[in-house]
Amino acid sequence: MEKKNLTCIGCPMGCQITVEVEGEEVFSVTGNTCAIGDKYARQEVTHPERTVTSTVTVTGGEKDRCSVKTKGNIPKEKIFACMDAIDHVKVAAPVRIGDVVIENVCGTGVDVVATKNVDAA
Amino acid sequence: MTSYDIVIVGGGPAGLAAAVSAKKAGTDSILIIERDKELGGILNQCIHNGFGLHTFKEELTGPEYAYRFIEQVYDLGIEYKLDTMVMDISHDKVVTAMNRTEGMFQIQAGAVILAMGCRERPRGALNIPGYRPAGIYSAGTAQRLVNMEGYMPGREVVILGSGDIGLIMARRMTFEGATVKVVAELMPFSGGLKRNIVQCLDDYGIPLKLSHTVVDIEGKERVKAVTIAEVGPDMKPIPGTEERYTCDTLLLSTGLIPENELSRGAGVEMNPVTSGPVVNEVLETNIPGVFACGNVLHVHDLVDYVSEEATRAGENAAKYVQNGCKDEKEGSDIRLVATEGARYTVPCTVNVSRMDENLTVRFRVGAVFKDSFVSVYFDDERVQHRKKRIMAPGEMEQVILQKKKLADYPDLKTITIKIEAE
Repeated sequence: MEKKNLTCIGCPMGCQITVEVEGEEVFSVTGNTCAIGDKYARQEVTHPERTVTSTVTVTGGEKDRCSVKTKGNIPKEKIFACMDAIDHVKVAAPVRIGDVVIENVCGTGVDVVATKNVDAA
Repeated sequence: MTSYDIVIVGGGPAGLAAAVSAKKAGTDSILIIERDKELGGILNQCIHNGFGLHTFKEELTGPEYAYRFIEQVYDLGIEYKLDTMVMDISHDKVVTAMNRTEGMFQIQAGAVILAMGCRERPRGALNIPGYRPAGIYSAGTAQRLVNMEGYMPGREVVILGSGDIGLIMARRMTFEGATVKVVAELMPFSGGLKRNIVQCLDDYGIPLKLSHTVVDIEGKERVKAVTIAEVGPDMKPIPGTEERYTCDTLLLSTGLIPENELSRGAGVEMNPVTSGPVVNEVLETNIPGVFACGNVLHVHDLVDYVSEEATRAGENAAKYVQNGCKDEKEGSDIRLVATEGARYTVPCTVNVSRMDENLTVRFRVGAVFKDSFVSVYFDDERVQHRKKRIMAPGEMEQVILQKKKLADYPDLKTITIKIEAE
C-alpha cells in the first residue's frame, strides 16, 4: 500500500491530506476536514486531471498568436504530450472563440479550442 | 470641446462592465478610452482558466471572460477609442487624451469612471542588491511576452514572490520548456491562491521557499545566477542560509499597486492602505461625479468581483448624470473603520439615504486567521459576529450591511469591522 500526501485545493484552508492507496483502490483518506477534501483526494490519487491552456501560431491574422485550451480536463500525465501537439499547430485566420484547433488531442477524447478571436489581417 | 455624459478611463474588465451597466441604465453618451490596441485589459494575457465561476457559473480563460463583455460593448454600440492615452483629468472633469491620429484633444465629461487597473511593483521598489543585467522581468511582463507576443524570456528561471501571477507563470514557463528552479517568498505565507500553489508548483515539483528573499543577482550583460537566503522575523537575511541558483531569468511577482497618477492629478483623495481612492457607498470619490472601480480602487483576486463592483459604478455614474450631474443625498455619512486584523474597507463611508437595500463592504485581513470571527460594530454595539474557519491576506473578505437595519440607528457615527478570536 502506498501513502500519498496532498494539499487540498477546495478552499483556502489547504488541509494536508494523506491517502492510502493501492492501484485504483483507496483505503483511507485522512487529514481532510470536510467532504470536499475527501472527494478531491480520491479523484487526485486515482485519476488526476487538468485543463491545459497555451497559445498557437496564427497565419495571416492581425495577431501572431491565438490562445487555446483543452475544452475539458485531460489526464495529468498527458499534459506535456498535449503541449507538444499544441506547439506543432498553425491555424489560419480568421479564428473565432470555440473553433476546434486540434480534435481529440492525444487520444483523450478532448478537443483543443480557441479562446480568442483573431481576425484576418 | 467634445463632450460625453460618461468617460471611462480604461477598457479592461472594470471599464467594460462599467460601460455596459451605464448603458443599460439608460445613459447613451459613453466613451471608453483604452491605451492598448484592443479592449480587455490584463485579461488578454491571462490565458489560463478559472475566471467567471461566480459570474457565469463556468470556468473561462481570461480572453473568453473579457469577450463576454466586449461583445456587449459592440452590441450596445458603446463608443471606445483604442491606442489612446489619457494624460490628465481635471477637477471639473475635463479629460485630456492623445493618440496618433487625433493628436492631443480634450473631452468634457459629465461623470468620469476611473478604471485604470494596477501595475506590478518593479525591481526598483524592492532594493535587491546586485547588478542590473537583462533577464529580470516582472511576472506580468513575462506573461505578456509569452502569451501575446510569442517570445520566451528565458530558459532557467528563479521567481521572487508567490503572488498568483508568479505562480501561474511558473507553470506557463514550464509548459514552454523552461526550468523553474525555485520560488522565493519573503513572507511566511504565500499571497497566492492554494489552488495555484498546488497546480502550478507542486504539480511540477517546483519548490516554494517561504521566508526567503533574493540577496544577490549575478551577471553583467545577462542574469547568470541568483542567490536567495532565509529571512528572520525581522525580515532581514540570515547569514549562512544563502543558496545560489544558476539561471538566466528572474521573475518578480511581488505585489500590485493601483495606478492612480491620473486620480491624484485630479485631486482625488487617496487611501494610503489600498493606494486607491477613498470612495463612498456609490463608489464615488471626494470629487462629485468621479467614480472608481476595479483594481485602481483596490487590488482584487477575482475578476468576478471586479465586474460586480464596476457594474455598480456604472449604474451610479448613470444615475448621477441623469440627475443633472448632482449628488442627491440626505443626512450625514457614517464612517467605516477597519481595525484589529482588518486592514481597510471599500467603501470608506456610507450614506443611508443613498445606499442599496444591501451594501457589500469588501476588506482584507493583514495576517492568516484560523477559527476567528468577523465582527461588525455599530458604534460600540456588536451587530454581526460571523465565524470563519480561515481568513488569509490573499483572499478578499466581505460583510453585508442592510439598509433596513441601519435605519434603526439614526445617530450612528461609525461602523467598525474587526477580527476577533471569540
